[in-house]
Amino acid sequence: MPDLSTNCGGIRSPNPFWLASAPPANSGAQVQRAFDAGWGGAVWKTLGVPIQNVSSRFGAINYSGTRAIGFNNIELITDRPLEVNFKEIYETKKKFPKHAVVVSLMVETEEEWKAIIKRSIDAGADGLELNFGCPHGMCERGMGSAVGQEPKVNERITSWAVEYSTVPVLVKLTPNVSDILPHGLAAQRGGAHGVSLINTIKSIIAVDIDRFVPEPRVGSLSTNGGYCGAAVKPIALHMLARLARSDDFSIPISGIGGITNWRDAVEFMLLGASSVQVCTEVMLKGYRIVEDMIEGLDEYMQSHGFQTLDQLIGKAVPAYSEWGDLDLNYETIAKIDEKKCIGCQLCVVACHDGAHQCIHPAKESPGATATRVPIVDESECVGCNLCKIVCPVPDCISLVPVDNGFAPASWNQHLTGGATLRPKKGAH
Amino acid sequence: MSKPIPTDRSESVFEDYKHEYDAKQALIEANRCLYCSDAPCTQACPTHIDVPEFIRKIATGNLKGSARTIFEANILGMSCARVCPVEVLCVGDCVYNQMGVPPIQIGKLQRHATDRAYEQGWRFFEAGAPTGKSVGLIGAGPASLAAAHELRRLGHACTVYEKRPVIGGLNTTGIAPYKMRADRSVQEAQWVLGIGGVQLETGVEVGKDLTLAELEKKHDAVFVGVGLGPDTRLGVPGEDLPGVHGAVELIERLKLGKLELSGVKSALVVGGGNTAIDGVRELAGLGVPSVTLAYRGAEAQMPGYRHEWLAAREVGVAGAFHAVPIGFEGNARVERVRLVRTDAQKKPIAGSEFTLDAQLVLIAIGQSTLGQMLSGLSGIGVQNGSVVTDAAGATGRKGWFAGGDCRNGGKEVVNAAAEGKAAAQAIHRHLGGKDA
Ligand SMILES: Cc1cc2nc3c(=O)[nH]c(=O)nc-3n(C[C@H](O)[C@H](O)[C@H](O)COP(=O)(O)OP(=O)(O)OC[C@H]3O[C@@H](n4cnc5c(N)ncnc54)[C@H](O)[C@@H]3O)c2cc1C
Ligand code: SF4
Repeated sequence: MPDLSTNCGGIRSPNPFWLASAPPANSGAQVQRAFDAGWGGAVWKTLGVPIQNVSSRFGAINYSGTRAIGFNNIELITDRPLEVNFKEIYETKKKFPKHAVVVSLMVETEEEWKAIIKRSIDAGADGLELNFGCPHGMCERGMGSAVGQEPKVNERITSWAVEYSTVPVLVKLTPNVSDILPHGLAAQRGGAHGVSLINTIKSIIAVDIDRFVPEPRVGSLSTNGGYCGAAVKPIALHMLARLARSDDFSIPISGIGGITNWRDAVEFMLLGASSVQVCTEVMLKGYRIVEDMIEGLDEYMQSHGFQTLDQLIGKAVPAYSEWGDLDLNYETIAKIDEKKCIGCQLCVVACHDGAHQCIHPAKESPGATATRVPIVDESECVGCNLCKIVCPVPDCISLVPVDNGFAPASWNQHLTGGATLRPKKGAH
Repeated sequence: MSKPIPTDRSESVFEDYKHEYDAKQALIEANRCLYCSDAPCTQACPTHIDVPEFIRKIATGNLKGSARTIFEANILGMSCARVCPVEVLCVGDCVYNQMGVPPIQIGKLQRHATDRAYEQGWRFFEAGAPTGKSVGLIGAGPASLAAAHELRRLGHACTVYEKRPVIGGLNTTGIAPYKMRADRSVQEAQWVLGIGGVQLETGVEVGKDLTLAELEKKHDAVFVGVGLGPDTRLGVPGEDLPGVHGAVELIERLKLGKLELSGVKSALVVGGGNTAIDGVRELAGLGVPSVTLAYRGAEAQMPGYRHEWLAAREVGVAGAFHAVPIGFEGNARVERVRLVRTDAQKKPIAGSEFTLDAQLVLIAIGQSTLGQMLSGLSGIGVQNGSVVTDAAGATGRKGWFAGGDCRNGGKEVVNAAAEGKAAAQAIHRHLGGKDA
């Protein structure tokens, strides 16, 4: 049996699946139910000076009948009294001593940071997460992403927190920056034990086209919110990997952003996350999703012979390289499995309108037959992958490497050493 | 004007066999569509409706555009959505079948979009600028309706002559009521004629009330859409006994009025085609306790659609195969049917006679053809009773065109719609118009 036990910057949990600081981790009763369901840790809904929220608060983007592939919110930090939160943290920790309870914090002055850190640790927090990420509402008050976007402020507040804390400190980073690296390094300089990323992305999720108001609508107005959910995963993966592959960055990362199942979690870990945090999918489907996450991760580790999470964390980072180092002589072409093809011809229209006009209907090809299996003009196919992406049948189209006789050569090798590149395809 | 049909009709007891989608069900189904390119469903549809396009429009909430896409290809799209044998047309060719995944329910989606158009009063087409030409159309069935609509879009004046008091042809008088009831077909016919400029002459039988020569004189072109004739008879003793009916004749009566069936304990329907299968389902649905279909070949040889026969089996009808009636017996009306077994070649086997009780018999072995009515006009060819035309619907006589059952020998409503529209375009070219 693989060992799923997790250590992220010194915060330990029985498995790497944590609730992110958000509505699912709003109260003791919720977090305790989540732990009962199998979650390994929870980052408590951000504590600070309790606020007043608006209604409505959430919006979503649907695609072709799939609901909420992306999600946004304009909810702020906790609106519950601090003493109630701390009492519930204490009770939760007492009931679940082995689970990770991380307390997310967001206040303004050094004094406030000092006081709230002490109260959190007294309540039993296993770690702290500094919320430098929230991109709506709180940043207008000089907190959240307003801090995360200024490396100097980030470093200063982090160093206060590290000074006053006896438990590990994670800094939660905002993706609303042009390059994540300086911000990760600022947290590291401030002494953080790790970072969590990404927080939500500044967004307008939709517009009510009959009322002429963006969503979510609060009366006759709306405001920008924080974008999350399955659709943000690629952005999160990139930012995570950007830190993970940097030689200067060396502290652990808790990965967040669009994780919906064990596969997503594995991807985050392969790119360097030592724990993963989930919010939106739990909001949409409930705590119960963790059962499959644990099982799926376990099976995956067994199938690859991993005994501990350390063996997979960061394993795909070395394969994330610069474009200039990719092999320009590596050539693939699309092959359609005639037995699997159902004749929908989606690849034909995609290739014709969106790629290189090299997949043709059989009836228009020389020696036309009654078949609807399209024909790939291999001399023109650039191996772009579009056909495989649109094909509704699993494994019907594959991109097969061809031996073109050219030795591997990257653009950089071509520039510096004059490496020979194969003739371009489809460029006429 | 079409005569209003009574509200109290035998067919009213039937509910839709294929249930109607509500908006959420339609959305889920529409989103399943793969939006194929050069789609097989579109090719399989005789009117070549751009199926993936109308379905995508349902998925995006553009219902009006969806209905427009359907009607642009097939102005009878509302009834076709209900009566088309989609299992062997569009749905049968859905690529999902190749994947072993349930195919898209194209008929139900088409019904969803077209019903909204009727409900909301959306109309999409206007009559073209008057050309000064006039076309006479014989019959007010699907073929003529589709032709007249297209001719009006092209600006030609139309007069439709219909011998019956009601319009819609067999779509009104023949369709199994669990697919569509008569009022719906009449409503469709009126909606189609709502384009304006079509003079409707009901109760006028061409060849009797108006001669072909008069018709030819009155109009610049003629479209023949007379469909098929009366039910074919078996030609065996006792066929004239009360209680023995042609199937299409009896179906018309249950569609347009009230049938008295209380004394009927068992009924026999003779034939193996779709009309026979409709007949047994209808009689069973009207409460006849025992309904049997007698077919002269094997069950697997029935020319009717397999999916229809399986559905009939589900409502409890019996099948007597390799059996053919040789006589009907009874005092005042039919009481028994004498039958004989047939061999593999469907030939009677001597000495194998048997009898079945039946107080009602429907003969569903086909309809006669009407092509003969044109035999007096030189140039028009008639083959096996069907009017001979070129691919577009032109007969051998200048200015005479035909489409629908009288041309194709008896197919579906959707074929009549396709042929009527194509013939209208041919008429337009004949009248000197440019290709639409
Ligand atoms: C029992 C039955 C069930 C059917 N079920 C289905 C089904 O489920 N789905 C499907 O798609 N198709 C079905 N069909 C077939 C379908 O109804 C026909 O293919 C279609 O109606 C043909 O249209 P049409 O316009 O060519 O002829 P018709 O619908 O027959 O219309 C011809 C019209 O011309 C009129 N007419 C005839 N002679 C003259 C004359 N001399 N002067 C003036 N008017 C005249 C007739 O009264 C009639 O109204 C069914 C047919 C039958 C018999
Ligand atoms: S008209 Fe009939 S065959 Fe054509 S797409 Fe519609 S339901 Fe299918």
